[in-house]
Formats: sequence, structure tokens, C-alpha cells
Amino acid sequence: MNIQPVILWTDALIFALLVGVLVLAWGISRHEHLRAPWGVVARRPMAMGAALVLSVFVVIGLLDSLHYREKLAGSQADKPHYSVEVLSAFDALVGTLRTQHEKTYSAPLAMQLYAKEFVEHDGVTRREYPRLQFGGAHLDDAASRMPDITRRSAVGLAQGLALSLLLFGVLAGWQAHRTQVSLGEWLARWGEGRLGWPGRTVVGVLTLLLLLAGVLVHLATAYHVFGTDKVGQDVLYISLKSIRTGLVIGTLTTLVTLPLAISLGIAAGYFRGWVDDVIQYVYTVLNSIPGVLLIAAAVLIVQVYIESNPDLFDNAAARADVRLLALCLIMGMTSWTGLARLLRGEALKLSTLDYVDAARAFGVSHTRIISRHIFPNVFHLVLIAIVLDFSGLVLAEAVLSYVGVGVDPSMHSWGNMINGARLELAREPAVWWQLGAAFAFMFTLVLAANLFADGVRDAFDPRMGSRR
Amino acid sequence: MAAARKDNRLMLAYLLRRLLYAIPILIGVNLLTFALFFVVNTPDDMARLQLGAKHVTPEAIGRWKVEHGYDKPLLLNSAAEGSAQFTDTIFFQHSAAMFAFEFGKGDDGRDIGNEIKKRMGPSLAIALPVFVIGLLVNITFALLMVFFRATYLDLWGVVGCVVLMSISGLFYIIAGQYFIASLWKLLPISGFSGGIDGLPFILLPVLVSVVAGIGGGARWYRTIFIEEIGKDYVRTARSKGLSEVRVLFRHVLKNGMIPILTGAVVVIPTLFMGSLITESFFGIPGLGSYTIDAIQAQDFAVVRAMVFLGSVLYIVGLILTDLSYSWVDPRVRLQ
Repeated sequence: MNIQPVILWTDALIFALLVGVLVLAWGISRHEHLRAPWGVVARRPMAMGAALVLSVFVVIGLLDSLHYREKLAGSQADKPHYSVEVLSAFDALVGTLRTQHEKTYSAPLAMQLYAKEFVEHDGVTRREYPRLQFGGAHLDDAASRMPDITRRSAVGLAQGLALSLLLFGVLAGWQAHRTQVSLGEWLARWGEGRLGWPGRTVVGVLTLLLLLAGVLVHLATAYHVFGTDKVGQDVLYISLKSIRTGLVIGTLTTLVTLPLAISLGIAAGYFRGWVDDVIQYVYTVLNSIPGVLLIAAAVLIVQVYIESNPDLFDNAAARADVRLLALCLIMGMTSWTGLARLLRGEALKLSTLDYVDAARAFGVSHTRIISRHIFPNVFHLVLIAIVLDFSGLVLAEAVLSYVGVGVDPSMHSWGNMINGARLELAREPAVWWQLGAAFAFMFTLVLAANLFADGVRDAFDPRMGSRR
Repeated sequence: MAAARKDNRLMLAYLLRRLLYAIPILIGVNLLTFALFFVVNTPDDMARLQLGAKHVTPEAIGRWKVEHGYDKPLLLNSAAEGSAQFTDTIFFQHSAAMFAFEFGKGDDGRDIGNEIKKRMGPSLAIALPVFVIGLLVNITFALLMVFFRATYLDLWGVVGCVVLMSISGLFYIIAGQYFIASLWKLLPISGFSGGIDGLPFILLPVLVSVVAGIGGGARWYRTIFIEEIGKDYVRTARSKGLSEVRVLFRHVLKNGMIPILTGAVVVIPTLFMGSLITESFFGIPGLGSYTIDAIQAQDFAVVRAMVFLGSVLYIVGLILTDLSYSWVDPRVRLQ
């Protein structure tokens, strides 16, 4: 074995979540009445386009969650030593993008460094922009840069287009076969948007993604597409690595507090009386503390704990990971109150309905009533809360990192990127690419999540029917 | 006359009950902050963090604790006599004292209470215009979208809102500062000054904050109005022959005020706290930047004080919300 798998806390939770989602999806697909609202989501062009974009982010995030440590070259076979650096499957996939460090800032697609340096030419020292070590290193002179970029982009576009056409052909053939119409008829239906699902949007978004991927792959092998940061790291690589952080915060935060929100919310609404009073008291107290301050206070405390117990963590990645998980927990602690209040109201309403009364009269136990009659009827609220919270949490990460209570400074995240680069706009010329890349990635993820969330909410919220 | 007096008495009784109800909540907040700051995280830990890992000696920690008044027992001082057993403790002097708004001193040696008084003004100078202008702008946009509902204008309005919502708040600030202040030099990039001279300093943060809030705000109010417009009384109003504009302004806007108030009134008292991010980016010497500085310097005394102040203001906001309900909707009785 040349590698040693490393399972960080968040990795375990992410894959547990993945398994959970798959099991849930399998369960839903077997029941017609559960499948129906998802069918509504699947028929909405915006939601499906957004779902495609989201799935790209998710795949990158999942790949980046398969962590391992490489075996050190000099160690013996029977007693191997492993590098302290924790890598992921994603790192292995992007290869040189991770390792090709420049000295400091360089602009996107540049072949020269951002700052002038003293360079020696045949014994004469001159002050000029030195060539980059990797970005555009294959070029002979500056004049050949633009044609090279154009050529690479064109090749990338062509390959993306070819792949897209190929996929479209396979899709058309498969779908035509499945629905038992001729290929021409299927294409006509596709063109007119009569498929029953948003075929044009899906194909369009897929093509766009493939074109983008083609260009990126061809450019990134020879240039730093989004430039490099202060220590010369490729900004594209950092932005891609930040995806996992964003996804973890967006999903795990809600997930870790779901049990709390569901059990307390339903208990308050179902049992009423003193249970309701106590639970309401708890969440009013938590709610009345300004969210950022509560998060800040708790994060400061976790920080103290981590710093005073350094021997609990065997490497930097594990420490950063525990801090990330703690951040999720803390953010969850401040945000579960909203869902709990919602569930309480709904449970209050449901528990007065006839069928619940009937169940009680038959002597059905409380746990059984809750699990069979109450919970299934509030589940749509839980689902809506999960998707609606996601984007807000991703955005909150950036703000918290700015305040200094976000993820570990050593962890790649959009918040840390923004925080590190926000003062560099004042330079002449401005260093904008780090901010630009972080905001662009964050915007894409959040916009896709918002559009998808809208689709899910419209499909699941019974009240939304009347609002259209 | 008599009815009015009775109303006033009812109001007073209601207020009193709400205030009494607020006390256990504040005690809860107080206990929670006490637990967070002193029990989970002992004063020794704080001292170690403040002093830095290198210079930690038991004596240095002891000195730091004496300087900050953290050298006393947490809850019960068995060395003291009489009531001092309870009063000469960290809990009494640092947590319970907050009920009297005595916050003690920050790490910079300044009195926190004074600092708060001094910084409320600048915070309010930004937060109040943002609140008022933001509310007006958002409601205007929402009404426009509702007026043109089910047309492309409405559809693209909603899409535009989602796009605006998806942009990080930091982007608005950074882009606003870079383009308006730094590139085009229309307004000063940051700073603050009292009185009328301060106006140019206030404009940019207010503008940026209002723009940043449009997406979420306008969309939220639109949902409220759309829900309202589907109700029977609106159909009745239309069938009476009222114009759409009249229906919107006289009926829908008025009835939509209840859900709007729920969200709006509760934040009014917290306006005093200012906005953490805006103030810190624009160099406004308000409570928001005070809090951020305290968090970054890990000044626990200030953070604790702000947590307490924040929850007091929030509870005041809840009470105000209830009162405003009865003002907007006479059907809502104060009980």
C-alpha cells in the first residue's frame, strides 16, 4: 500500500449523509405519492438546470472528501511512514495544479510575475517582470501568448462541444428507444419542449458546463487561469478546494441539528403544557442572542479548547477539520430555533386533527403517533428548511471568516480567500482575481442552490399552489 | 373617555406582564453566557490565550486574572463572610452585574458602558437610514412586482431578486468601495464625523447596505402581498370597481402590514447594535466595529457585554412588535 486512507470527521459525516440521501431516494422512488412532488421539481427548467450545476459542485466536493496520506519515499515496506500532508482524490486528479507554485501574485493567464524583480541577464542586472516558473513556461516570447491562449481555448471548446454532441446522441437514442418513438420524432419533441421534462435546458446547461470544462482543462495545464495568490498558489485550485468547505458548511450545519429541531419542535407542539413552555423558553433565550455574537463566542471557546489540547489531533488537517465541524455545530445551534418553531406550529395543528384523536383513542403510544402520523406530515417543512438554509450558510461562512471566527485559516475556503485578498484591491494595478474567483464560485453555487430551493419549495409547500 | 382609559390600563398591564416575562429570558441569556465564558472556558484558558503560548507561567496567569478580576471563585466564595460569599464571585461581579448595565472594563482599560454610550450614535447614523430607506425601497419594488404580477416584468423581477440574493454581502461592500470611492472618487472610502459633515461618510455605507438588501427584502414582501392579494376581500374590492392601484395601496398594503411588522419592528431596537461588517469595512466608530474588534482581539468582557445588550434589545423588539400589532390591527387584543 502506497497510501494510507484518512477519514476525517466531516468525511465520515458527508458519506453518511450521502448514504442517507441514497436510501431516502430509493424509498421515495418506491412510493407514488412521495415521488409526485419530485416529479414537479423535475419538470421545472430552472430547478433542473440548477440541479445539474449543483451536481458538479457535489461531485468535486465528494472527490475532495476522499482523503489519504502518501507513503514517504524513504520508508521501509514493513514499517511505512506516511507524509503529514493529507491529500484527497481530487488533489490526485488535478495533478500539477496543486504543486505548481509561483513566487507570488501573477495575473490570470499571465506569463510574468505581478511584481518587478532584479533579474540577471548575461551579467547585467535589470529590474523587470520575471517569467513565471510554470504559467506560460512553454512560450518563447510574449507575442505568442494570445494566439496560444486562443488556440487552447478553441481546442477546449471543440472537445467540449464534441463530448456534448456525443452525450446528446446517446441520450436521444436511449430516450427514443425507451419511449418507443423514432429518433426524428424524439428530436422534434425535444426541440419543441414537449418531452415532459425540460430537455432543452438540461442539454443546454450540460453543453455549457462541458464547454467550460474543456476550456479550463486546456488552459489550466499551461497557465494559471485565475492567476496566483500571494504565496504563488494557483487561485483556480484554491477555489475548487473551497467547494468542499462550502458544501460541508451548507449541509452538515443543518444536518447535525435536525434531530434537535425535529424532536423539540414536534414535542413542544404535540405534548403542549410544561414541555411546550420549557422548549419555547430555551429557544427564545437562544434566539434573543444576536446570532453572530453567539457564534463568535462559541468559536472563540472552541479555539481555546483546541489550542490548549494540541495533542488530541495528529495533524493540521485533522485540527482544521474539527474546527470546521465545530463551526457547523455552532451555526446549527443558533439556527435550529427557526425550524423548531415552524414544526411546533405545525405539530400543534396536526395533533388536534381527528385521525390523531382516533389514534389516541385506540391507545396508540405517543412515539408511534409521532412517528407514524405527525412526522410524515411535517417532513416537507424539514426538507424545505434544509434546501433554503443551504445558500444562507454558504454566504455566512464568508462573513464569519472575515470576522475571524470562521473556518481554520489554513483551510481553503472562499471566506478565507476574500479575507486574504480584500486589501489587495488598493494595489496599483489592483489584484482582483482572487476576490473575483471567490465571489464567482460562491455566486454560482449559491445561485444554483437558491434556484433549486425555489423549485423544491414550490413543489412541496402546499400553500405555494395558491400563490401562482 | 372611559374606554380609552380602560385601554390604557390594559396596555399598561400587558406591558408589565411582558416585562416580567422578559426577566427569566434575560436570566437564561446571562446563565448561558456565564457558562460559555467561565465554565466551559476557564479564566486560566483565557489568560493562556491572551498571553500567548510562549510566556505562560503560573505567575503570569495569576497576574492576568487579578488584573481582570477573574481571580475569584466562580459561584461561591467560601473564604468570605456573610453575603460576600455570593457577591465576591465571578458570577456576581461579572455576570449578574450586567443586569445593572455595569459591564466593567475592556482589555484596553476603558469602561465598556461608556464606550457603548459613545458608539451608539454612529451606529444609529448608519443603521437607521438603512432600515427606513431599505424598507421603503423593498416595499416599492415588491408592490411594483405585484402590480405587474404574472407578466415577464414580475418573472424577471423575481429572478433578479434571486440573483441579487445570491451575491455575497461582502461583494457589495468591496465592489462599492472599489468603484464608487476608489476608482470614481465620488465619496470617501471610509471614516466618520459627527453632524452634517458626516453626511458624505454615511452615504456610501447606506447605499451599499440598501442595495445589498433589495434581493431578499423585495422578494419577501412580494410573497406577502401575493398571498394577501389572493384573499376574498381583494376580490370584493375589485368587484366594487376599485382601480388596481387603489386596491394595492388601500387594501393589500394595509393588510400586508402585519407580517411586515413582524419582521421589521423586532429589528428596530437592535439597530443600536449597528452592523458588524458594514461598520468595520467603512471605519464607522459604532458598536458593530467595537464588537468586531473585541472578537478579533478576543476581549471576552466586551463580547459578553454585547451579547447581553443584544438580547435586551431583541426582547424590547419583541414587546414592541406585540404592541404594534394591536395598533395596526384592532382585532388583536392585548391579553
